[in-house]
Amino acid sequence: MDSEKKMLTGNSAAAYGVKLARVRVVPVYPITPQTTIIEKLIEFITDKEMKAEFIPIESEHSAMAAAVGAEATGVRAFTASSSQGIAYMHENLWVASGLRLPIVMVMVNRTMNPPIAGAPDLSDSLSQRDTGWIQIYVENAQEILDMVIQAYRIAEDKNVLLPVAICYEGMVISHFLEAVDIPDQALVDKFLPPYRPEHVVLDTKRPMHIFIASDDYLPEYRYQQEVAMENAKKVIENVDVEFKKLFNREYGGLLATYMMNDAEVVIVSMGNISNTVRMAVRELRKEGIRAGTVKLRVFRPFPKEAVCEALRDSKLVIVLDRAVSSGFGGIVYPELLTALSAVEPRPSVQNYILGLAGRQVTVANLSSLVKNSFAVYQDSGTGNPIQWIDVRGL
Amino acid sequence: MKIVEDTILYQEEIAKPGHLLCPGCPGGIVWRIVSKVLGKSSICVHSASCFGLPVMMYPSCLTIPTLYVSFASASAAISGVSSALKSLNNSGLMDEKVNLFVLAGDGGTADIGFASLSGAAERNEDFIYICVDNEAYMNTGIQRSSQTPTGTWTTSTPLGKVESKKDMPAIMAAHKIPYMATASVSYPQDMIDKITKARDLGKGFKYIHIHSPCPTGWRFPENISIEVGRLAVETGMFRLLEVENGGETVVTYKPKPRRPVEDYLAVQGRFGQLQDDEIAAIQENINTICSKLGF
Repeated sequence: MDSEKKMLTGNSAAAYGVKLARVRVVPVYPITPQTTIIEKLIEFITDKEMKAEFIPIESEHSAMAAAVGAEATGVRAFTASSSQGIAYMHENLWVASGLRLPIVMVMVNRTMNPPIAGAPDLSDSLSQRDTGWIQIYVENAQEILDMVIQAYRIAEDKNVLLPVAICYEGMVISHFLEAVDIPDQALVDKFLPPYRPEHVVLDTKRPMHIFIASDDYLPEYRYQQEVAMENAKKVIENVDVEFKKLFNREYGGLLATYMMNDAEVVIVSMGNISNTVRMAVRELRKEGIRAGTVKLRVFRPFPKEAVCEALRDSKLVIVLDRAVSSGFGGIVYPELLTALSAVEPRPSVQNYILGLAGRQVTVANLSSLVKNSFAVYQDSGTGNPIQWIDVRGL
Repeated sequence: MKIVEDTILYQEEIAKPGHLLCPGCPGGIVWRIVSKVLGKSSICVHSASCFGLPVMMYPSCLTIPTLYVSFASASAAISGVSSALKSLNNSGLMDEKVNLFVLAGDGGTADIGFASLSGAAERNEDFIYICVDNEAYMNTGIQRSSQTPTGTWTTSTPLGKVESKKDMPAIMAAHKIPYMATASVSYPQDMIDKITKARDLGKGFKYIHIHSPCPTGWRFPENISIEVGRLAVETGMFRLLEVENGGETVVTYKPKPRRPVEDYLAVQGRFGQLQDDEIAAIQENINTICSKLGF
């Protein structure tokens, strides 16, 4: 059986992944830039290429609730959203993870408003950091398709049973056309067997009350979720290895590293900005700077151990944050700093906030940012660790 | 004996003894009747309410599967359950007719849950929505809801509610759903008939709004809950209705003669601050509504 190559947008690639994963219930509410995922899924369902029930639901809040209902009935559910829509889902994201329902959703990143803005940064998905969802950041259409399929396998693993969000920047990744290899259905079926839940299911022959009221058991619920998150690290890596065996593509599991062999100065990034970062690293290498980069593919569970291992020998780590925790600074930065406290001597860490609402990040400004930082580091080893780049009024 | 056999009284109890409702709360009657009519092959989705919360206390008194969801989400979550069952049935993975129902309070129905309720009704989702109306947020300590009647004392309307009760039966009937009915805990056979009709009507959205007096919030002795519910109907304060497919409103019980509303108001502390002119205005309003309905 052969795979098929097609020119697809990132959002179409996501829809193909959902179809191949044999998702049965799709409640989605429209919001730009996510909407073309629904359009493609409706096309599949209308053309009978996909056997699923589409629910034209009345809000994102309800979309996640309907996904909870469907997944609790024992079938695969999928939904997608962006920006305010993800925020509107917030309480039901807690319900999905708290009930240990392996729902997969796509978060097509778009900045949180106001002012109303359609371009991407990671403020929407990163605001959902503590909801108990696994968050995986991807950067091209092929990775989107492959990771939607991988996500169900990760989520449904008996040692995990947590929902997974696949995140990518809207407008850029969601709407650009790329050549995508569409795997063969039979091979996907082999990789991803049907979902047969035992832990949580609405079954009249085996009645259970899903979502009990208990102050007494809540700490145990949370602890078990934490154990599942820890387990997910290994599962994410293993699933990537298994995926390669069947489809001959791999993504690195928790991290993707580039030119890290002898790197002194390392740029840490997430999402599609990483592509520009790799180009900048090549430019810097030409100028004799031993640069490298680590892309965080997974933000929850935070890959503490893998990050420490990758950055152990670096001197300066530059964290690019495409979102802000107002009143502190970047969002990835403090997490990375905490993780690196296990490394002795700890590399110096610098945080840059850039690319908000799609503001252009170029190879030239990344190169000069790294050179300036490295010069300051070599000169004094200090400096303001949190800086904003390319913003009026700095 | 024929009459007794025709009722549901001989069927198995789905709602077991032992719940955490207040003494005198008729919510347990609603559980008992609804679950008996819909049977063991049922799934209940519920959200925060006086009637839902005790179900989820472990061990629960309801012996069918239940799913509790966030406050505003019952109608959306059960739409997901319904779609999942449809998908399983269509794929031959399941062969069972399951009765799906929502159990929610008046706030969860008419206020915070209204968008998802209206959405599910508009999509004509296949389930029965049961609103147990005790006319305020009782579980949180008696705050007014859109279902609190004019003139009612609550902790958030210490001088009496100024606005009128949102007309949920009319609003739901206006969705042109296959079936809309109102019922009262004090008229069990009428309630049984309506739930049975909703069960047997075939696919589509059915809404049943059940009036359920609350001794705690309405300020009356806990041994007269059923009497208070009866007075609501006998005075015309609450009407027993049916509407199919958004058509004619049918009154399933017309009290004749209608008793003065004062009989209903006087037994409850929540109306204690009402002046004669306010009571007259309430009576006037009831007269207008009931005369339109032909009683």
